[in-house]
Amino acid sequence: MTDKMLLMGNEAIARGAVEAGVQVATAYPGTPSSEVFSTLAHFAKEFNYYAEWSVNEKVALEVAAGAAYAGARSIVSMKQVGLNVAADPLMTLAYIGVKGGLVLVVADDPGPHSSQNEQDTRKFAQFAKLPVFDPATPQEAKDMTVAAFELSEKLGLPVILRPTTRTCHVCQDVTIGELGPRNKTGFEQNPSWVIFPSLAYRRHKWLNEQQEEARKIFEESPFNRLEIRSRKGIIASGVSYNYVREALEQLGLEVSLLKVGTPYPLPGKQVHELLNNVDKVLVVEEQEPVVEDQVIKMAWQNRVSTAISGKHDLVVDREGELNVDKIKAILTEYLADELNSAKECAVRETCEANADADGIPELPERAPILCAGCPHRASFYAFKKEARHYDAVFTGDIGCYTLGVMPPLSAVDTCLCMGASVTIAAGLSTVEKDRKHIAFLGDSTFFHTGLSGLINAVYNNANVAVVVLDNRTTAMTGHQPHPGLSMTATGINEKYIDIAEVARAIGVEFVKVVDPYDLTTARETAREVLTFNGPAVVVMKRECIAVVKQSTRCQVVAGKCTGCGSCVKELGCPALTFGDDQVIISATCTGCTLCAQVCPVGAIEEVVTCG
Amino acid sequence: MRLDIVIAGVGGQGTVLASRVLAQAAMEAGLPVRTSETIGMAQREGTVTSHVRIGEKGTPLYGALIPDEGADILLGFELAETVRSLHKVKKGGRVFANSARIVPVSVTAGRSVYDEKALLKYLYANVKCPIMIDAAEIALSAGNFKAANTVMLGALSTVPELPFSHERLLTSIIGMLPEKLRDINRQAFKLGREAVREVLENGS
Repeated sequence: MTDKMLLMGNEAIARGAVEAGVQVATAYPGTPSSEVFSTLAHFAKEFNYYAEWSVNEKVALEVAAGAAYAGARSIVSMKQVGLNVAADPLMTLAYIGVKGGLVLVVADDPGPHSSQNEQDTRKFAQFAKLPVFDPATPQEAKDMTVAAFELSEKLGLPVILRPTTRTCHVCQDVTIGELGPRNKTGFEQNPSWVIFPSLAYRRHKWLNEQQEEARKIFEESPFNRLEIRSRKGIIASGVSYNYVREALEQLGLEVSLLKVGTPYPLPGKQVHELLNNVDKVLVVEEQEPVVEDQVIKMAWQNRVSTAISGKHDLVVDREGELNVDKIKAILTEYLADELNSAKECAVRETCEANADADGIPELPERAPILCAGCPHRASFYAFKKEARHYDAVFTGDIGCYTLGVMPPLSAVDTCLCMGASVTIAAGLSTVEKDRKHIAFLGDSTFFHTGLSGLINAVYNNANVAVVVLDNRTTAMTGHQPHPGLSMTATGINEKYIDIAEVARAIGVEFVKVVDPYDLTTARETAREVLTFNGPAVVVMKRECIAVVKQSTRCQVVAGKCTGCGSCVKELGCPALTFGDDQVIISATCTGCTLCAQVCPVGAIEEVVTCG
Repeated sequence: MRLDIVIAGVGGQGTVLASRVLAQAAMEAGLPVRTSETIGMAQREGTVTSHVRIGEKGTPLYGALIPDEGADILLGFELAETVRSLHKVKKGGRVFANSARIVPVSVTAGRSVYDEKALLKYLYANVKCPIMIDAAEIALSAGNFKAANTVMLGALSTVPELPFSHERLLTSIIGMLPEKLRDINRQAFKLGREAVREVLENGS
């Protein structure tokens, strides 16, 4: 085996956990974090540790914490908004502490690319009073994972590793390390595991003291590096460091540079050394001014008058992602005096060259949409079609089906967070008695937090219909299993939980299971739901087309298509386009037959393909 | 020499696989490498780009994102996406473009336009000699329309600046595919290489 492997940041984190002798791994999927755990699940048998996809992030953290109570090294991974779900255990776990190392991998998504907000987990770490690592590369992500386990055990605290999309989904030739020894496990019963007001006060004091302990350890961390090169300084955290280095190289400039890999608690020595050696300093970081605020505080406490720039004086963007081009523009202005006139000219020239891209023709808008043959399209179409005679509101949720918002379906009126389709519908129904409120959520989301909302709806007799778009997988994040399937993270499971039976068991009186590809039955059911009074559940059950092998496709019957375009216009299926006088069905067709069922003249037929 | 490659396409076209095989080949040649990929929502028929940065032995590589006007090579898997990413190419950089179009739903619904002529005109006006091949058609003739990404990699493998041989690139592709797809992809790679030769001999 070579000592280098091409690893995505998330795979590198998983590798780091294995090298650190991980014993328990849990997670709920969420972009950009999902591959951390899928990689761990893949190697669970080979390296002999326990791995589970948990039902949600709160559960995942608690299971990992339980294992860490018993001394096991545990890792739990989630996306940034997942940490909100896990916030309840997290805030008190910081007081209770752990015995075995517990590493929380929380992936942030500045941009955002695949998230509902841009919240900064470093800020959350500060709030929970937990140390946080901010890797700049996959290699660093792996090394930091190992270091995070060690730190967690040294401090007796959970430790957060916070990669961003540009570490999670970046591949690098990563140097692999040796596998370390494993912890001995055994839970020792004593009152310190039982949180109680009097204990909470004592542990709070301890937790506050641990902040200084963590800071001391970070003072010696190899993940922070200071180079004194000139009287101008830059502090850069995480991936921003890469952009700063490259922008400086492009501009041909040398400045004093502090690379920060441990943004909270921020170690002070190198910051002071930098502040004392430069006339001004710029703090570059994505999202919130976490490092900047700490630097300002340190400067004030030490009566250092070095000018500090960053987000507070609007030099660095607070929203979106940074990149080399943005940093170059910022540095060109910030370091204007350093750039000699010749270089300045060069910069101006490139700017002018960029501006010359005016002649670019109008480009087609290409937003993500539901795949060709996606069963969600069929479900949305059936409900949308039947609801046209009613005053209905469609509340949406988090998953592929959020894409139901795109025209021509336009079938999502609200979307907030995991599970909120059901509860927002219930809330709307309390004030809009005459409207019909229909919630749409996926199967994995149903188990995540949809179920508690449904129980609440039944308990309070909310007049809402819940449509579970059951495509037998957690599709958007890369097809992970969930409790509704006879499959766990590591293998086949005898037990599975039937959503329709759960609904019946909790007292929902209208429960139906429908195949969305059967448009007639789907529309009939939608009609019934629209006039039903009280909580109702419809499970639209059909596998995600990305995970099943297709054996049929649709084709236009020669000479029969009138070119009316109803299929193209009403469904918005990417496999359908207009030809000269008839519709064309492309090779991406998966044979769902929805277009054939919609066609008013029966011009589309299903054919068997050899595939 | 550092080599920066941008791969532009539509979710589902295999841009992620393409950047991985390039990175794998670079790593096996002993070179430092970074890729950055579009993973998540945009993979559902949206605009996707992969960045591949291949370094020199002993010289550090920083971030994985290639700056504007920084790419030595643009590998465009779809016509409009090639034009959309053209600003990433440095002056004198190479452009390999799949002439096949994927018309988005926004166009069939009349909410936006796909002006093929204007796109081609812009492409030829701004790139000295783009290598334009119909990768979709070529992939189909190799046995599967989904092998268009391999056709494009075959085309890319003709570039003399690549720091590894075309054989190494093909080995890296084949290594990432299941047995039953290997022959189709070997053929697709070969046809991609030949297509470039034809373009260079006859003009496009």
